[in-house]
Amino acid sequence: MGVKEEPWQTAEIAGPKKALLILKPEVVAAMVKKAKRPLIVVGHLAAEDYSEDAKMIDYAIRMSNAAGIPVVATAHVVSEFIKRGFSSATHMPAMDIGDRLADSEWKGLDGNGPYDLALFMGLPYYMEFVILSGLKHFSTNLKTISLDRFYNPHASWSFPNLSIKDWKDNIEIIVNKLGGN
Amino acid sequence: MSKKGVHVKVDEFKTDVGLFKNLELSIGRIVEEKWAEPMGPTPFPEITTLRDWDMKLLQRYKPFYLPFCDVCCLCTFGKCDLTGDKRGACGLNMAAQQSRIVLLACCIGAATHIAHARHLVEHLMEKYDRNTPLNVGGLNIDIEAPVTRLVCGIKAERLKDLEDALEYCEKQVTHLLSATHTGQEGSNLDFESKVLHAGMVDQVGMEIADLAQISVLGFPKADPEAPLTDLGFAAADVSKPTILVIGHNVPSSVGIIDYLTDKGLLGKVEVVGICCTAHDITRYSSMAKIVGPISWQLRYIRSGLADLIVVDEQCIRADALVEAQKVKAPVIASSPKNCLGLENRTENPSEQVISDLVEGKVPGALILNPDKVGEVAVETVLKVAPKRNKFSIIPKKEEIIKDAQECTECNECMRACPNNMPIPKAMKAAAKGDLNPLADILEDCIGCGRCDSACPNDFPLHSFIVKAGEEQLLKEKFKMRVGRGAIQDVEIRNVGGPIVLGEIPGVVALVGCANYPKGGKEVAEIAEEFAKRRFIVVTSGCAAMSMAMVKDEEGKTIYEKYPGAFDAGGILNVGSCVSNPHIAGAAIKIASIFAKRKLRANYEEIADYILNRVGAVGLAWGAMSQKAASIASGFWRLGVPVIVGPHGSKYRRMLLGRKDIDEDWYVYNARTGEKVYVGPTPEHLFTAAETKEEAMVLIAKLCMRPNDTSKGRAVKLTHYIDLHKRLYSVMPDDIHLYVRNQADIPITMKDEILKILEKKEWKEMGIPDPTLLPRLIRKTKGE
Ligand code: SF4
Ligand code: SF4
Ligand code: SF4
Repeated sequence: MGVKEEPWQTAEIAGPKKALLILKPEVVAAMVKKAKRPLIVVGHLAAEDYSEDAKMIDYAIRMSNAAGIPVVATAHVVSEFIKRGFSSATHMPAMDIGDRLADSEWKGLDGNGPYDLALFMGLPYYMEFVILSGLKHFSTNLKTISLDRFYNPHASWSFPNLSIKDWKDNIEIIVNKLGGN
Repeated sequence: MSKKGVHVKVDEFKTDVGLFKNLELSIGRIVEEKWAEPMGPTPFPEITTLRDWDMKLLQRYKPFYLPFCDVCCLCTFGKCDLTGDKRGACGLNMAAQQSRIVLLACCIGAATHIAHARHLVEHLMEKYDRNTPLNVGGLNIDIEAPVTRLVCGIKAERLKDLEDALEYCEKQVTHLLSATHTGQEGSNLDFESKVLHAGMVDQVGMEIADLAQISVLGFPKADPEAPLTDLGFAAADVSKPTILVIGHNVPSSVGIIDYLTDKGLLGKVEVVGICCTAHDITRYSSMAKIVGPISWQLRYIRSGLADLIVVDEQCIRADALVEAQKVKAPVIASSPKNCLGLENRTENPSEQVISDLVEGKVPGALILNPDKVGEVAVETVLKVAPKRNKFSIIPKKEEIIKDAQECTECNECMRACPNNMPIPKAMKAAAKGDLNPLADILEDCIGCGRCDSACPNDFPLHSFIVKAGEEQLLKEKFKMRVGRGAIQDVEIRNVGGPIVLGEIPGVVALVGCANYPKGGKEVAEIAEEFAKRRFIVVTSGCAAMSMAMVKDEEGKTIYEKYPGAFDAGGILNVGSCVSNPHIAGAAIKIASIFAKRKLRANYEEIADYILNRVGAVGLAWGAMSQKAASIASGFWRLGVPVIVGPHGSKYRRMLLGRKDIDEDWYVYNARTGEKVYVGPTPEHLFTAAETKEEAMVLIAKLCMRPNDTSKGRAVKLTHYIDLHKRLYSVMPDDIHLYVRNQADIPITMKDEILKILEKKEWKEMGIPDPTLLPRLIRKTKGE
């Protein structure tokens, strides 16, 4: 397991402010529990990567079910949620949800107020990179977590670059700590 | 009237030098005009002239900044950390810095096209005749240059008349560029307004370039049946001496064809092209063939099929000379903008240059005279080809397997790859003799060569991938319709009504470079989807090539299956990058010819018309360059939304509407002056789509306009809902924003939609005569 703050795409360097490394998955679970208004944003790769027994989308569903976190499905991935019997995902282009999250006046999907924590997974690496950057610079009071198996430096917290196995072990712990099984 | 036609006439003028009588002075050119239309409000607009219009757009389509970089390093105060609400030493904040970078990109793009146009016009005036009449479509076209007429307010009739518009563009770009200096513009929205201005003058520059080359070089003139040409590795008979031309500015390629023609050598030498020069040389001569889009450079050069390479300008690999040397192919650089470090041999006797190139004394030569390029290229290639014997650096299968066994699976190649291609895994398979996974990568590979540079073992990975896919690649030959140029006035008359009323669901322009997330086949798929749905599909540049590179079961490409007319279900290739203004021009001509709106220097009104009535959308699926950025911004100012592929998110800024904020979607009803809600039509001005599915749904949605008739809106909604259901497996969640009254509801979906409307507490709304411009409100008598 690599533990460096090193972007997956070599040249996508960020800073001075960079994502803190998630070294203990329990911390993510604690942050989610502590958050008043968390949200999961899931891109189309969630249904494609990483392997048959470790698909991001399945973990997103388990997290959402366990902790009651709303899901925004970007691009066409909403169809994959439906295939899996998960019908409560809101579908919205990645740029639209990024734009709304950057707006501190936005009242959220349910009209109940802004979110304080957004968890991202399954967007193309570079697209997630720039959207997280937009949020780092322009959102107030929003923290972001990248849950892909790559270090994405514009998030507030991110995994380091991980093997599929290590990623799976980590995300399992998060889901379990949130009460999912 | 000219933009700066200062004309002084004095009967008597006394100076220290003496007395002048009947003195007449002209400063600048005076364009004599036969255009009866009175001058509109904004001839030759300066950088702030259309600022109010820009602010209207920017108020609705707000910038969402996506900084690619947290710091600024533009001056020696820096680097400055601009994170969050920090400011740089000059006082600039992150939003302004991002918009400044966008402006820089658009200035680069606009300058590139304008300089290209300047070179073409001067070259053509010198070689042919300054008085050559401009002719883009004979009797079929009355408005020869809709963009130039709209922006500048001039009607150019001869080649020389284009110079006024060119000077104007050059001046604007200089002003715009100056605004990016430290301590100039401080507001992000003002930077954005300047971005739109850069895009607008870019459109003028491009239009001039294409107008000049169509008129003088005899390209197809607004011809829906422009000929089909061959494209692909197998398009040309490469057993012959083969010249590869790369770039955008066609005179040197024309020089080659002309020389071959003069010497009776046509058929003895093949001329093949990559990128827009390929478009333009096939518009010039049926002897030329196309290799493919920009991303085909490395694979073709390394394959060794080209015996000599001529580069002109734009989008050419900076290592073209280095790569060419590896396959022993001499290079001729032919543009002052891209000299490649080569010695300028323009004034040397041709025989001397030819002999130096043939004997390999020099790797290449800079020749800044297109006719001389023709002579030297042809004479050299005839002698070099037999010596080279198609020398290639694509490795043998055994070499790949051997190297693959040394691969450490360090992942450096994959981490360098823009598309995250699984090269390490493919190398693992290759080590065992299976090259198929490497071959699979070729389809999605954009040919950047970053994997080669990254590999600590220095494996030429791109060449491995090319070798693995070589069998298929060498057989590839597709049909593409060559660039037809402009849209005929009669075509506009026929479709203007159906487009504005919404019965033709939209005009989709698939344009731009080849930085695709998943290969060029997605462009073909999108084009065919919308042609089948009876949209008008227009294309240009690399996208036009990519969509040719897919065949159906009968072996036909979409250019063989769909007509090339500007009509429902047509797929029309207008040509190269500089042909894009024909697309903008079609939208302008709908306002002018169909709706009879005044065209002359009447930018704001025409843009307002297009934004509110013409359901046109651009998709630059593989947008890469600064030129693509400025082309897009030219469309934004005109009210045409643009979608880019996921890599386009790296343009650092989107212009997004917020459908959840009702106040943003009010327009004036020009009939009554009332402010009315019209729904988010069109929802965005610039956005990046993550997948082709998202792009398709967005295209259908962004074609809706406030002016759609109920019949038209029902057609548009049908496509939007149908695509949404098919690709997303659910109904859209915003239908209630697009249904204005019950007649808008597609009949076949009535029950389903009525239920949704009821749930959303939908209320009926009217269909206004929409405008954002208060001055267009028609006040009734007595008001
Ligand atoms: S231009 Fe401004 S922000 Fe950029 S380095 Fe100079 S002082 Fe800093
Ligand atoms: S050449 Fe192809 S495989 Fe290599 S890095 Fe570029 S896109 Fe990826
Ligand atoms: S960079 Fe070279 S050594 Fe490393 S995985 Fe790729 S091919 Fe193998």
